[in-house]
Amino acid sequence: MYFSRKNLSIPYIIFLLAFVAAPMLVVLYYAFTNGEGQFTMTNFIGFFTSPNTIGTLLYSIMIALSVTVLCLLLAYPSAYLLARLHGHKKPILLMLFVLPMWINFTLRITALKEVLTTLEGNLAFHPFLNTVIGMTYDFLPFMILPLYTVLEKLDTSLMEAAADLGANPVQVFLKVTLPLSVPGILSGITMVFLPAMTNYVVLDMMYNSTYIMGSLISSYFSAYDWHNGSMISIVLLLIIFVLTIATKQFGDEANENRGTVL
Amino acid sequence: MGNIIELRHIAKSYDGIRNVVEDFNLEVKKGEFVTFLGPSGCGKTTTLRMIAGFEQPDSGEILLHGRDISELPPNKRPINTIFQRYALFPHLNIRDNIAFGLKLKKLTKDVIDEKVERVLKIVDLSGMERRSISTLSGGQQQRIAIARAIVNEPEILLLDEPLGALDLKMRQEMQLELKQMHEQLGITFIYVTHDQEEAITMSDKIVVMADGVIQQAGTAEEIYNEPNNVFVADFIGDSNIYNGVMADKLNVQFCDTCFPCLDDYPIGTRTDVVVRPEDVVLTKIDEGQLNGIVRSCIFKGIHYEITMEADGNEIVAKSTRDAHVGDTVGIYIEPDGIHVIPADKGLNHFNGIITKNHTVAFADGEFPCDVTQLYEGSVHDGKGHLFSKDGERIHLTGLSVVVDLPLEHLEMSDDLEAGGTIGEVISFVYVGDHYRFLVRTESGQDFTIVDEDLWNEHDKVSIVIPKDKIGLRLSDDVQAEITAD
Repeated sequence: MYFSRKNLSIPYIIFLLAFVAAPMLVVLYYAFTNGEGQFTMTNFIGFFTSPNTIGTLLYSIMIALSVTVLCLLLAYPSAYLLARLHGHKKPILLMLFVLPMWINFTLRITALKEVLTTLEGNLAFHPFLNTVIGMTYDFLPFMILPLYTVLEKLDTSLMEAAADLGANPVQVFLKVTLPLSVPGILSGITMVFLPAMTNYVVLDMMYNSTYIMGSLISSYFSAYDWHNGSMISIVLLLIIFVLTIATKQFGDEANENRGTVL
Repeated sequence: MGNIIELRHIAKSYDGIRNVVEDFNLEVKKGEFVTFLGPSGCGKTTTLRMIAGFEQPDSGEILLHGRDISELPPNKRPINTIFQRYALFPHLNIRDNIAFGLKLKKLTKDVIDEKVERVLKIVDLSGMERRSISTLSGGQQQRIAIARAIVNEPEILLLDEPLGALDLKMRQEMQLELKQMHEQLGITFIYVTHDQEEAITMSDKIVVMADGVIQQAGTAEEIYNEPNNVFVADFIGDSNIYNGVMADKLNVQFCDTCFPCLDDYPIGTRTDVVVRPEDVVLTKIDEGQLNGIVRSCIFKGIHYEITMEADGNEIVAKSTRDAHVGDTVGIYIEPDGIHVIPADKGLNHFNGIITKNHTVAFADGEFPCDVTQLYEGSVHDGKGHLFSKDGERIHLTGLSVVVDLPLEHLEMSDDLEAGGTIGEVISFVYVGDHYRFLVRTESGQDFTIVDEDLWNEHDKVSIVIPKDKIGLRLSDDVQAEITAD
């Protein structure tokens, strides 16, 4: 018997079946059934008609949007500078940007909480602001790294060519650097936006009373309401799916850009 | 016709250590095709980038129509560049790439479309406006890069090794096309290449550069037939290079033989002699000016390259007839095939300072020397003091002197502790039976050293000079002071 290279994929296929496909089916089953095990759409209808749950969804999107925009604004200049840097300083600075990821996440948030408490007094007064600050702090490296990778690979002669053809520094950035870094921006957005919708641990740890999608799932499951918990998981999955398709489309367009992106 | 661009005393260094370009002076006339030619790292691209505005010179002026533009950013200069790897914008299609500069000038869409169409016709890619850059071959990308530059109707077009990435056939084709385009458009071209054939084929004027310094500037014929120095002779075309000396009027001696020549220098002048292989004629034995033994004969397509040995010197000839290895043949060189260059008198002179140990410090090192030669009749008492012939003590510490080093007594060693200073081999030429090396110390002082063995470029060597071979003289200003006293 020959040992086919395909056999190497067996362990992962087992993993995939056991921990991805099977649970997905279970989630689907619970999302579309009620307590008696009958097929029903009431879970979904309930979600989209209840002002509470819709409110949570919109609130989550608001938070995720703010975090993403803030991360992008902070990350782009730093990634740009980092990518343009030469010599022995570069690895050290790069390390400084990545270093926070090596420190345990709960530790980082606890530290941030102490800082914010000193500044604000009671954290409960500014739940939205604190959530955004906490998540931005947490997710920033995930925005910087893909941007840095794209900007670093960018051929500097393209910028020189643009200047040579008469573009001033602002025009060089808007017409060449920015459009060519779109793939990095997109992957940064996907890495930040989706976790920001669901990562309720940040909220919890900061004594935050507000709810985002993640907290909703968690509360249903801790109340043994597996049907609604699963339903929200499916809703999130759909949002992720739509977003991925949208960014992919946008990304493809950016790659063979017809000059209309700007 | 006036000069369109003029470079005056341009100097540029990176990190303040190495001079990439030194005292560069050049005048370019409107409509000229000028080529910067030199090996990699000679400063040709840096000079081009300073003209384009991507780099600023440390000192000197770049005059465009007599106005200094060295502080102007690239977007304000009426100069366009064709980059080595084209630098086409991957996110734009062909039309938008070409229209990039025109759009910035806020031209109307109709005007842009018309110009793009016209320029695409010039580069022979009509009707490809909507194609994406990534679908193009190297040659086509090259043409788009040219179109993108010339559509702006620049006064000067800079080309940075534009054909380097193309294969031989494509390259030759593009050479002709560029040349034609230059004639059609009447734009001044400044072209950078390391390919001598390319430079000779295309240029009105060639600027040969090495080590950031212009070695020679002139037409292709001038540079090929009358090289200024050994480097130029060695770099442009193949050459036999020898040490020679003027033996008589219009007679130069090299390879232990006297040859009549057309260059007139005083008898006894040390010279370099350059002979192109195609000027070496093979004759029957004893019918030439000297005899040589054929060591190798290689068929090169249109000619044979025949290497001969005559009294330990190597002579290379190009001939349409082959020769048998091992045969003895006669060698004849026409007087106009012999090019005599007076040897550089400025070789191996340094400004030094006498230290308190009575050694001489120069070129980043310290060498033991004989200080008594500075003052006639002076004596060294062996205890570190020098006395004049009148018995007066002479203070030497800190004295500026000129150090003369005879070429034949300098040696290189790979034991870095062995010599007085350490340098790096920058370049070398083969001179008949030995190599001549240019060795540079850290602060940029150059030694010329001859050696029979081959050292490689970038080898680190220490420079060994026997104590009694170091010639010292008081420097001119010290001399003047003494006379004034």
